[in-house]
Amino acid sequence: MPPRYARHVSAHPDRTVDWPQVRLHVVTGKGGTGKSTVAAALALALASSGRNVLLCEVEGRQGIARMFDTDPLPYEERRITKGAPDQDGRAGQVHALHIDPESALLEYLAMYYKLGRAGKALDRFGVIDFATTVAPGVRDVLLTGKVYEAVQRPRASGRGREAITYDAVVLDAPPTGRISQFLGVNSEVAGLAKVGPIKTQADKVMALLRSAHTAVHLVTILEEMPVQETSDGIAELRSAGLPVGGVVVNLVRPQALGASALAQVHDDEVDPTAVASDLKRAQVDVDQALVTSLLDEARDHAVRRRLEDEQRDLVATEGVPIYELPRLAGGIDHGALVELAQLLRRQGMA
Amino acid sequence: MTARRRPGPPVLDVDALLDDRGTEIIVCCGSGGVGKTTTSAALALRAAERGRKVVVLTIDPARRLAQSMGIEQLDNTPRPVTGVDPAAGGSLDAMMLDMKRTFDEVVEGQASPEKAKQILENPFYIALSSSFAGTQEYMAMEKLGQLHREALTDGTYDLIVVDTPPSRSALDFLDAPERLSSFLDGRLIRLLVAPARGPARLMTAGLSVVTSALGKILGGQMLRDVQTFVTALDTLFGSFRQRAEKTFALLQADGTAFVVVAAPEPDALREAAYFVDRLTDDDMPLAGLVVNRASPPARTDLSAEAAITAAERLRAGDSSSLTAGLLQLHADRVRIVEREQHLRERFAASHPQVPSAVAAAMASDVHDLEGLRAIGTSLAEQR
Ligand SMILES: Nc1ncnc2c1ncn2[C@@H]1O[C@H](COP(=O)(O)OP(=O)(O)OP(=O)(O)O)[C@@H](O)[C@H]1O
Ligand SMILES: Nc1ncnc2c1ncn2[C@@H]1O[C@H](COP(=O)(O)OP(=O)(O)O)[C@@H](O)[C@H]1O
Ligand SMILES: [Mg+2]
Ligand SMILES: [Mg+2]
Repeated sequence: MPPRYARHVSAHPDRTVDWPQVRLHVVTGKGGTGKSTVAAALALALASSGRNVLLCEVEGRQGIARMFDTDPLPYEERRITKGAPDQDGRAGQVHALHIDPESALLEYLAMYYKLGRAGKALDRFGVIDFATTVAPGVRDVLLTGKVYEAVQRPRASGRGREAITYDAVVLDAPPTGRISQFLGVNSEVAGLAKVGPIKTQADKVMALLRSAHTAVHLVTILEEMPVQETSDGIAELRSAGLPVGGVVVNLVRPQALGASALAQVHDDEVDPTAVASDLKRAQVDVDQALVTSLLDEARDHAVRRRLEDEQRDLVATEGVPIYELPRLAGGIDHGALVELAQLLRRQGMA
Repeated sequence: MTARRRPGPPVLDVDALLDDRGTEIIVCCGSGGVGKTTTSAALALRAAERGRKVVVLTIDPARRLAQSMGIEQLDNTPRPVTGVDPAAGGSLDAMMLDMKRTFDEVVEGQASPEKAKQILENPFYIALSSSFAGTQEYMAMEKLGQLHREALTDGTYDLIVVDTPPSRSALDFLDAPERLSSFLDGRLIRLLVAPARGPARLMTAGLSVVTSALGKILGGQMLRDVQTFVTALDTLFGSFRQRAEKTFALLQADGTAFVVVAAPEPDALREAAYFVDRLTDDDMPLAGLVVNRASPPARTDLSAEAAITAAERLRAGDSSSLTAGLLQLHADRVRIVEREQHLRERFAASHPQVPSAVAAAMASDVHDLEGLRAIGTSLAEQR
């Protein structure tokens, strides 16, 4: 089977993208499947043609700083890199923000209550810790509230030094198991805090999250558990009224063999003498053992590809756009992220 | 004991660890998704089939794994696993942790029936017992403590294998119980309880700032729930802390062995390194590192460069050459294996004293005893 990239490809200048209206891209998925990597690649992909993009992380892990090889990020928007260039070579800027609930709460309190020194006292009594780690939902409203602020920030009026406005915000979100709670917190918060500023805040955030300006994308790999979790996640998001975006299938094995070659290898139908003579022609020092080894390795691969194909078919039944990213043998560095970004652009995700 | 002598980094001798009757508890920890649940089940099964009486406490097994171990229903008690080879005289029980149930049981075991009821129905308790970051870790430890006491008194088990919750950081397992217990008898909670029973002089200016801010953030109703809860739970605070401390001491005992699980990925190995350092600092007994899901080694030593060059030559003549595809797959495999090898060496260089063992990535998910057995064998047979 050819890679599915082709489906979305459309030539410049009438390139179509799948999420033209979306300003907030939330990236979730099972742990370790590549959420942070995909979120970074998507931010790079969106930041072309002079557009500004903000990449946010909320889990206190400094994953962005590590991926882009910079110092740990503060609670402050920082420009970290240029985006992926478009067909005319024009890039945009990628900024990053590390949102921690303590800073978000202090900022929030300062905004609404002009707390001054009392803010410090709260910290000393452990209130900040209490409110951000224990009170269910409050922590999440603070985190999503900050993201909301970045998405809805009014355009610069041209007077004085103003905060940058963004064409898109990408959120490296908690894993699928916690995503509805993270985004749908409002019901929970609303239950606990029936009135007051937190409730108002939660309602505003929810209106954005449920709007056509948001898409929640799910990252998966082609294995049973992650695919199952993806399908459960999609169902859960839908029933919570949250807009499901696409599925990014990550860490796909190399597609070096086409469908028929793969079947031949799998069923042991390849003629070893033909392979041996090919190898000789390519000036490889060939013996029987080498041919056997290569075919054995390829059979391992074919077995795994079959399993991947079964999972891919399951993903396809979800009826959402699917994007595929290869497993890059050299691991992830800046160059690799740009490469993944270009692949996402080519498939129309950005 | 667990390290076989040979040149290079020491090898974790899994069978020696499992056969050693002095090993009473094995804790598998590591960052999320690396295979802690799988590894703990595989170690437990192997130990049972080598003659130990084992119980494995899993946290979040994949659905099909839970089914094949017969633990998909949550009733918070260990159940015998069928299909385990009893030839060596061992046995395997398994259970899946029900965090809320465990918490409820602690409350019920400590408080009078009326008081327990009052606590269990409090909305704040319900939130805390099902969503406080750290409750799962705390309850895993609580359950471990319970199983251990039972094992000591009635001799049902001589080895407990514990899986740990899917935290973002392996350290959470060690830190969370302390966080929960220090939260429960922390300063803020004390202050919140004070007005309900206390001398008015405690109503300092500081306190009113605090309560009024909390009221604003959380809303008055919630604050009252918290106060009722805290007052009800007041008598239990001491025992919470004591229990956590006891289990912590159990983890430091000689009969415990920590197995740190990592994937051959930079993040997972970095987490593993933090955890190893932390275990050393806290005098916790570390058995070694398991690098799970290692890519299968190449079967021939043709280099990646040579394979790519040859593939390009063939493609120049025939763009769909099957042999070129074979060569490219080989090159990809060599690169991945080299990268994993490099990451492992880097870990070994900074932690030369830590024995390690590699478990191969199976072709598909591990969801039955056969798969677990294969992982156990792979771990025990380090070349
Ligand atoms: N396409 C890819 N090719 C090669 N390596 C990849 C790819 N995508 C992700 N990785 C690697 O896989 C590992 C996990 O990725 P990442 O940290 O993005 O996952 P995550 O879903 O954010 O994890 P967590 O749940 O822990 O936050 C990282 O080491 C990353 O570099
Ligand atoms: N060595 C292995 N080979 C193949 N699949 C594995 C291996 N180890 C774990 N898995 C699979 O990886 C997934 C995650 O493993 P799990 O043990 O649940 O991780 P954790 O408990 O660390 O979150 C499961 O689907 C499991 O079957
Ligand atoms: Mg991440
Ligand atoms: Mg697990």
